[in-house]
Amino acid sequence: MSPSTVIVGGSVGGIRTAQALRSNGYVGEVVVIDAEPHVPYDKPPLSKSFLDNSLEADRIRLISEPEVVESRIDLRLGNKAAGVDLSNRMVVLENGDVVPYDDLVLATGVRARPSPWEASDGVHLLRTLDDAQRLKEDLAGARSAVIVGAGFIGAEVAATVKKLGLEVAVVDPLEIPIGQVLGADVGSRFVGLHHANGVATHYGTGVDFITGSRGDLVVGLSNGVELTGDVVVVGIGAVPNVEWLASSGLALDNGLVCDEYCRAVGQPNVYGVGDIARWFHPRKKQLVRVEHWTNAVEQAVCVAKNIVRPSEPTSYAPIPYVWSDQYDWKIQIAGETAMAEDVVIIDDPANKERFAAVYGDSKGTYCGAATVNWPRAMVQCRRMLEGEFDLSEPVGVLRQMVSSSSKLRSASAD
Amino acid sequence: MSIIKADMDLCQGYANCVMEAPKFFDIDDEGVVVVLQQEFGEDDRVRIEAAVRSCPVTALRIEE
Repeated sequence: MSPSTVIVGGSVGGIRTAQALRSNGYVGEVVVIDAEPHVPYDKPPLSKSFLDNSLEADRIRLISEPEVVESRIDLRLGNKAAGVDLSNRMVVLENGDVVPYDDLVLATGVRARPSPWEASDGVHLLRTLDDAQRLKEDLAGARSAVIVGAGFIGAEVAATVKKLGLEVAVVDPLEIPIGQVLGADVGSRFVGLHHANGVATHYGTGVDFITGSRGDLVVGLSNGVELTGDVVVVGIGAVPNVEWLASSGLALDNGLVCDEYCRAVGQPNVYGVGDIARWFHPRKKQLVRVEHWTNAVEQAVCVAKNIVRPSEPTSYAPIPYVWSDQYDWKIQIAGETAMAEDVVIIDDPANKERFAAVYGDSKGTYCGAATVNWPRAMVQCRRMLEGEFDLSEPVGVLRQMVSSSSKLRSASAD
Repeated sequence: MSIIKADMDLCQGYANCVMEAPKFFDIDDEGVVVVLQQEFGEDDRVRIEAAVRSCPVTALRIEE
């Protein structure tokens, strides 16, 4: 009998694992189980191009139907997994069916952290296609929105909702919400971005209550201010979907605990991919869990290789990379910026729409970068993160890029 | 021989393809993908497929 890999979770991590198995020559059965009834779809557009109606649901698919057939992926949609029986190597579904496996990939991701504030309706979370569809419907007749949480999701939703013509206010308990990740100087520019686009921010204050209903909601802030909105979106983080594994015997601690090869601890035939996986990062020498699209894609490739070649597994040591699109800013972040001790901002006098920030650790070693509207600079930054450089080196490279592009501009002006 | 096709209008400059397969992809100063080498052989297939699937906006595809 041919071997079988069962993948639980049909979002980007699960689907890319299935595809990468075929790329790497896997000949066994590939089964993907997902609780949602929808054809596997991509999540980043849900807060952006899907929400502003520029892309319909059939344009945000993760895999085309011909490729599902061609790659022989057995998609079992609308099936919620209820547990894993490790000793008999099978996944148990909520409907009582069992699905046997030789290798198991757990990719059930995260869900939006629920709103601790209750209102009868009109308060939205945003994680799934159904969430986005419901939000879209409420936004259609709305004139104003309050966004609680100024992380990537909150900031992206604020930008999209503003673009739709609503009056928007954003609330966050931190004074400079992205400052923890990018530092206060860069973080302040992000605060200014909302203001420049006519979005009000209420930072450094919590939310005490949300009352009312759709079309007439009140968000009461800890500083006494009451904001009114037709719609409220709560974006306050995410929690790993591991509860269904509670009785499996797998090691769970803020995600599925995995070794450096992304194998569940003590279970060489069980792998974690994407937001759910908290694996031992061999370079950082600690367990990490990353909720980024690119991480899920790269981890999927690593896990597929390790399933195909288990005797010579590849360890997983990615350089983190994440993007966000907010208003007219294309934001790209790579490496480790949160722990940085030093930051150098490089502006381009000839192009005020773009800038880069590079980060150094306590030893002055280059450790991360953020760019706005400057993809080519980010490529240089990501490449240099693969080696070890003093912070002055990427600074020099970026300054060189600024001066050569300004020379180019003045040459073409002559 | 297979051929890489890039949709320059879809490309947003995320550059995952450049990191995955630098021999085949680059990004220009406007932040748009440049396909350095359109044709590829079987030796590079796994890498090119991974690069294509790492594009967040599906701007890349393979034509056989």
